[in-house]
Amino acid sequence: MQTEIKFAGFGGQGILLSAKLLAYAAMKQGSFVAWIPSYGPEMRGGTAYCTVVISDRLIGSPIIKNPTHLVAMNRPSLEKFENDVKPGGIIFINSSLIPVTSQRTDVTQLVVPVNDIAIKAGSVRAANIVALSAFAAKSKLVDLELLKECVKEEFAAKPKIIPLNMEAFDQGVKIAQTA
Amino acid sequence: MAKVLMKGNEAIGEAAIRAGCKNYFAYPITPQSEVAEYLSKRLPEEGGVFLQGESEVAVGYMIFGAAGAGERVMTTSSSPGISLMSEALSYITAAQCPAVFVNIMRGGPGLGGILPSQGDYFQATKGGGHGDYHLLVLAPDGVQEAVEMTMQAFTLAEKYRNPVMILGDGLIGQMMEPVEFPDDLKTEPTNKDDWATNGMAHRKSDKRNLVKSLFLDPSALNNNNLVLKAKYEQMKKEEVQYELYNADTDYQVLITSYGTMSRVCRTSIDMLKSEGIETAMLRPKTLFPFPEKQVFDAAGKQSCKAVISIEMSMGQMVEDVERCVKGRRPVEFYGECGGEIPSPEKIIEIIKALL
Repeated sequence: MQTEIKFAGFGGQGILLSAKLLAYAAMKQGSFVAWIPSYGPEMRGGTAYCTVVISDRLIGSPIIKNPTHLVAMNRPSLEKFENDVKPGGIIFINSSLIPVTSQRTDVTQLVVPVNDIAIKAGSVRAANIVALSAFAAKSKLVDLELLKECVKEEFAAKPKIIPLNMEAFDQGVKIAQTA
Repeated sequence: MAKVLMKGNEAIGEAAIRAGCKNYFAYPITPQSEVAEYLSKRLPEEGGVFLQGESEVAVGYMIFGAAGAGERVMTTSSSPGISLMSEALSYITAAQCPAVFVNIMRGGPGLGGILPSQGDYFQATKGGGHGDYHLLVLAPDGVQEAVEMTMQAFTLAEKYRNPVMILGDGLIGQMMEPVEFPDDLKTEPTNKDDWATNGMAHRKSDKRNLVKSLFLDPSALNNNNLVLKAKYEQMKKEEVQYELYNADTDYQVLITSYGTMSRVCRTSIDMLKSEGIETAMLRPKTLFPFPEKQVFDAAGKQSCKAVISIEMSMGQMVEDVERCVKGRRPVEFYGECGGEIPSPEKIIEIIKALL
């Protein structure tokens, strides 16, 4: 069993970190994982993306054209990658920045205003953590408590911003359960 | 030790420290700059030295200097940077100094691009610089193997007094995977008093050591080449590393592939197996010395109809494969480059056409 998740957005949205935290939690859970960033030449304001592979066996090809799920943090990312997602997967849409949904009918769409939730929690900079926890709660790929611990560990050197990120995490989980 | 999640480039840097390397000189180039970034912070913490050269040409000779003085030393670069270091590589090999060079390959020729490629196989295995010499070349297929090979590289470089190259690619450098740093791969540095210019003060004899690559007397130069040749023959006997995948089946096609490309092939082999088609892979882990006999034997299996070398190049390792198969099976090739990596589906299509 192998699951691939593409995280996409623009530079500065914390895409690489969200993806890394998911991979880290899955690794702690005993899975084989790989985190593959795109490092091609990109324009400022263009799409930045990153793929996480979680598997119960040694990971073969780390090059994924058709991921199981997509977490889209801005509109160009949704438009660029929505058709690559495998049928039955989740398309996560940051509705704070994406005023549309996907035309796909063979996937589950999870629509969450992550920027608004993050602002309410204290700072828009925690939007990636809202997206991560909401997606994790919906996809059930990793244990939520473990993931939360991983977030805490990531910010261990900056204890001041831990409460903000914990709040963002909890709000993300909450909205995924009602969405 | 517990597993940690690390980028290939950073893991290579940490592996060098764990192997006892205290000297790292480099010049930044994508996609391997994180090694320098990591070691510029970590090495001073360990009492080591990080120095950025003014160019890769200079870095090559900084490595020569440290190696000649008997120190464990490493540099990392990517394709165009390795070209600039190739002169020094030839000198270091001639002077029989141990050193570790890491090439995180990007697309070429020329400045090329910054995406992963395997276009430097010829350069790494057949020379690159001038004269009769070889590097011992290790090719990891992921972050864990990159760590293990980096640690082994220092031991092998000292065993043979010859530079060792880790030949990775941009994907291995940029990707994060769980890694462990095995304690048992660290070895004590060999005694270099017999040859290194490491100072007379602590030595018992007063024999002077001379590290050089100039031999104007033809018989002396011939002798130096014979010494190098003997080392390469010993490497062929003692250092060949490879992996066979799905080879206990009655496979119809034998794939040869290394590094990142071999992982894609592994997925293709699994997918073909689920369709009832058996194929196998021989993955060289040492590109020099090449697993010559193993390729010959694997190609000769009765069920095997053809051999195909699949690479992120326009056809380089395939020449070694052809040489080793010795005509007993047809040898085909498929490759893409410039950062394009053949997909598992594409490989399946190519293999089905061979059946």
